[in-house]
Order: sequence, then C-alpha cells, then structure tokens
Amino acid sequence: MEQLVIDVEGLQQLLDRLVQQVYEVIGPRVRHGVVTLAPLRSVSELPAGLVEVQAPGSYRLEPMETREGVRPLFVHRVGPESWRHFLHPPAELLWCAERKDGHLRIHPRAAEAPRRAFLGVRACDLAAIAIQDRVLAGGAHADAGYLARRNRLFIVAVNCTSAADTCFCHSMGCGPEVKEGFDLLLTELTGGGEHRFLVEAGSDAGANLLRMLPSRLPERGELEERRRRLRQTAEGMKRSLPPGAASVLARNLEHPRWQALGERCLACGNCTSVCPTCFCSRMAEKTGLDGTRAEHWRYQDSCFNAAHSYIHGGVLRHERGSRYRQWLTHKLLHWQAQFGTPGCTGCGRCIAWCPVGIDLTEEVRMLGEVAA
Amino acid sequence: MKPKLAIWKFSSCDGCQLGLLDLEEELLQLAERVEIARFVEASRRVLPGPYDLSLVEGAVSAPEEVEQLRRIRERSRVLVAIGACATAGGIQGLRNFLDFDPVKVQVYPRPEIVRSLATATPVSEHVTVDFELHGCPVEKGQLLELVSALLAGRRPEIPAYSQCQECKAAGTPCIMVSRGEPCLGPVTRAGCGNRCPSVGRGCYGCFGPSEDANPAALGGRLAELRLEEATIRRWFRLFTAWAGPFREESLRHE
Ligand code: SF4
Ligand code: SF4
Ligand code: SF4
Ligand code: SF4
Repeated sequence: MEQLVIDVEGLQQLLDRLVQQVYEVIGPRVRHGVVTLAPLRSVSELPAGLVEVQAPGSYRLEPMETREGVRPLFVHRVGPESWRHFLHPPAELLWCAERKDGHLRIHPRAAEAPRRAFLGVRACDLAAIAIQDRVLAGGAHADAGYLARRNRLFIVAVNCTSAADTCFCHSMGCGPEVKEGFDLLLTELTGGGEHRFLVEAGSDAGANLLRMLPSRLPERGELEERRRRLRQTAEGMKRSLPPGAASVLARNLEHPRWQALGERCLACGNCTSVCPTCFCSRMAEKTGLDGTRAEHWRYQDSCFNAAHSYIHGGVLRHERGSRYRQWLTHKLLHWQAQFGTPGCTGCGRCIAWCPVGIDLTEEVRMLGEVAA
Repeated sequence: MKPKLAIWKFSSCDGCQLGLLDLEEELLQLAERVEIARFVEASRRVLPGPYDLSLVEGAVSAPEEVEQLRRIRERSRVLVAIGACATAGGIQGLRNFLDFDPVKVQVYPRPEIVRSLATATPVSEHVTVDFELHGCPVEKGQLLELVSALLAGRRPEIPAYSQCQECKAAGTPCIMVSRGEPCLGPVTRAGCGNRCPSVGRGCYGCFGPSEDANPAALGGRLAELRLEEATIRRWFRLFTAWAGPFREESLRHE
C-alpha cells in the first residue's frame, strides 16, 4: 500500500478538499469538557494536546505533556458518542401517511442521505461499523436508510498512538492498528519534534484525494515510528477481555453474580446508548390532534428497558440482573451465533460511561473465577 | 359528538393546567377536536358529566378532596393524573416526612382552622388511574401526545426509561461521569426533553422514578462521589420526594 507523509497544513488541505467535494466533515470536537463528534472545517477545531483520562464511571479531558514538543491532534481516543449516532441515528422517520380528500397516501422516507466524511475513526470503531454493516445492511433485508448513508460515506481513519485505561481492543482483535474499511488512514508522527502524518489510501476515492495533497515519501524512521507507537499502544493496554469469555458466559447463565449485578446496575441504559455496535430500536407512531397525518418513527432502544422484552402478555425480563445478563450474553455470546463475530470491539465506552462504573471485562473475569 | 374533556385541580400550584393554556395554537385545535367541558382556569362555563377524559392535577391533602376525587372517577371514562403532585404528592409531599401539627403552627396564624390530612398523596392512592403524565410541570408535548393518542385510539408514546437515554440521544455530555457531580438522571423517568443536563446541571428528578429504578445503587455512588448523608437525602427529597423508590432511599440517609 502506498504510504505518503503530509504535514498539518496538508491535513487542513485534506479537510478543504473534502468540503469542496461537498462532504460534511464530522470529527472530534470538545464540548463541555468532553470529546464529542460534530461538524468541523478546520484543523484548529480538533482537540489538540488533550487526552481522555478514563476509568470505570469516570472521564476527564486533560491537557497532556507535549510529545517531543508537539501538541498532537489525535491523542484523545473515544468520547461517549460513536459514529453510530450518524449512521444509525437515535431517531429516524421511516414513513408517514396522510389522509387527504378521502384518500390515504403513504409517503416513504426521504431517500436523500447526507454525504458525510468521518475524520478520526479509530480501529475499534471501524470494527464497530463493520459489525453494524453485517447487522443492518447484510442479508436479505438491508436497512435502506443505513445503506444509503453508508454508501455515501468517506472514512478518514486514525491509528491510536496511545490507549485509554478503559481500552481493550487488542484482546478483541480489533485494534489498535487499523487494517481495513477506510478510505484514508492517518498515523500521527512527532519524531524529531516534527508534527506530521503518515497517510495510506484504502480505496480509489482515498487514493485520488491523497494525490491532490502536498506530500512526500516517508523516511525509514517514520515507518519505524508508526510500528513502534502501535506496538507500545498494544502492549501498554491495561484491560483485556479474558479469553474464552463466550464459554464462561454459556456455562454460568444461572450464576449468583447476575443477581449481585442487578443490585449494582441502575438499568439506566447508558452502556447500550454509548456502545458503537448496539442496534436495538423500537417503533412508534406520531399523530397530530387533527388526525390527518401519521408518522412512523424508529427510536433507539435498550435491553435495559422493560418494554424491550415485552411480548404479547407481558415483560420477560423483570429483574435488572436478567437485563444485564441479556446485554452481556448478547454482546459476547449470542452475537457470535447471529452475526459471526462478538458484538464488542473493546472500545471501553460502556465502562467509562456507566454512572456506577460496572466493567464488563471484570464481570466476565468474576463469572469465570467464582465457582457457580 | 365530540369527546368531553374535564380538568380538575387538587392541592397544586396550577402549573400543569397552565401548560395546557400554554399550548396556544394547539389549544384551538384541541378545542375543535374535543369539547372542553370543564376547565375553570380558562372558562367559567362548566358542562355536566360524564366526561370522556379527566385530567387531574394536584395531590390529595384535605379530607373533602378524597370524596371529590371519587366522584370525579365515577363520572370519567378515562382518568389521567398529571404532574408531580398528582402522581407523587409533589412538593407538599415533603410534609409527609414530618409531624404536621408543628408545621401548621409555624405557617398559619390560626392553625386550628386548617383542615388538612396528615399527608399529601398521589391520586393513584385513592382511585384507579388509567394513565400518569409526570413532570413538574408536565411537558406540553406529552399532554398533546396523550390527547392525540387517545383520539386516535393508540397507545401514548410516553417513555418510562431513564433520563440518561435522553442525554445520550441528544449528545449531552454526562455530568456525573465527566465532572463527578450528582445527577438523578439514572433513576428518573425521561420525558422532560433533557432540560437540566443539556444546560450542564444534574437532573432534579422532577419526572419521578423511572421504571425499575435503583436509587440505592445511585445513593451508593453519590456517597462515593463524597456527598454527605444529608446532601444525598436532600437530593432524593425534591419534587417527587414521596414517590416510593425515592422516599425509601431518602429514608436510608436519615
Ligand atoms: S460492549 Fe462496551 S467495550 Fe464493547 S463495543 Fe460496546 S461499548 Fe465498547
Ligand atoms: S439486545 Fe441489548 S446488547 Fe443486544 S444490541 Fe440490543 S441493546 Fe445492544
Ligand atoms: S451497566 Fe451501568 S450503564 Fe449499563 S444499565 Fe447498568 S448502570 Fe447503566
Ligand atoms: S447527566 Fe445525568 S441524566 Fe445525563 S447521562 Fe449523566 S447521569 Fe444520566
């Protein structure tokens, strides 16, 4: 694969080109002390020199020591939002019906999908997009809206040159190195105090764009810095999912730990809301007072809500513990049978954003250790 | 014939009824679809029952209110309790934690003329309630949704899950996780439109406990965030203090 080097000005030109090609660029921006995903046009809007300090139930964005005198743009990692917010949004109008002159007319949703470019997609989140592709766009019944948005997407990925304490992508085989599923891939380099990016193209669209940027061939030291940083990121990762997690869960479906979890868990649904692979939704009608128009909406749902397990006659999962078990066993056990991979990429969001700091890697470990 | 709507008031501040007046343009639409048979805050005209829909505001806090409420129930096909007072006892529910007589002496110059029950309680403690709209005050969007759904014969789309899910859908950064500040969102019903967290303030729980709420776990977390016992107690003793799960948790921090 062709690898070229651009500087910070080159990165700005990349943004400018994307804007020229009528992409709405979405990338990491700071809002109220948190890295969120929002439209941006300038490199100066990126969270330069800010790093996310994450722990179970805790997140702080803090300025870091400069790296070789440079304030890197991509040392934060993943904030609460994931790209799912844009690809599979929390609320979507699917169709509407109108009563007019004695006739009922059904209008399908608007086919127009926005043309978007995602800047700064990490390896874990690329894996998550691939997972949602299988869930929402795979098989005979692809979700038309998802597919339309997905097909118009341009992805600028970023290799992680450091990990948060909540990250465990390495043990999931999802990172930290980006391998596939991108148009362009950046690795931020600071060696010798020079701020620059190693860029690789992963698609024709990416290669065409890269050719328009002022670039040069990489030196050997730069390729070496890429390797070294990725190795250090992988080796420095503090968390991991214990091997054999799926069979630990399968063997312990009646473990007393689930009940203990039910006492700690708030059933608030923050975990499923921040998880980049969760896809559950519920449908609802909206009608106005005059009864001439009905809208059919899809809203994000969570297996921590009672209605999620409502089937004719009642709710199946009454206890919080059984809802937590649904979440964990779906992610790590049943997902495999449904879609061929686990439903977890090791991004660590559900650990940091759980208000009471429940850590799924720890729970799997406890379920495996304590005899049932 | 248009369905008949009646609005009733018990011990409350009138804020929820005001929400109805606040509908402005939609209020005219509403008046086209339903016969507003009794709404004394808006009109002196009162039509006799029975009523298709009664919206009941306020807590039950005086002896005669119990009987009045029963009569309303008898004359209403659908009865909906609206607001924190009607669904949880509201602010006046705070007196339920105290001995009421000394309070009366402090507040009223002639306490002996005050005829009051010892507690202020939600409507559902006295009669069967078909539906509850939460909030202090109720959200006008939810009021409209309720009436539209009843007119269309469908289930109202009113969430029972946590406020946190509104935060995440709106992209609001979590106050508790990112700042270590207290928030009742994880145990509070969604529906307010994410008002407090979206301006960087913890949720005060005015929509009351969410379904299957776990205030004990949140109380434990607030203690880990170094809130004092009295402070934790006060957090659970706000607009919906008398709602079961919040009440129990505040009592645990007595
Ligand atoms: S389960 Fe947790 S760590 Fe795994 S992908 Fe979802 S949010 Fe990330
Ligand atoms: S069932 Fe739960 S864990 Fe599985 S996708 Fe749905 S919300 Fe996520
Ligand atoms: S595991 Fe944590 S984030 Fe998920 S529902 Fe329970 S308390 Fe909320
Ligand atoms: S700010 Fe409050 S309501 Fe919002 S996610 Fe955090 S704990 Fe939940």
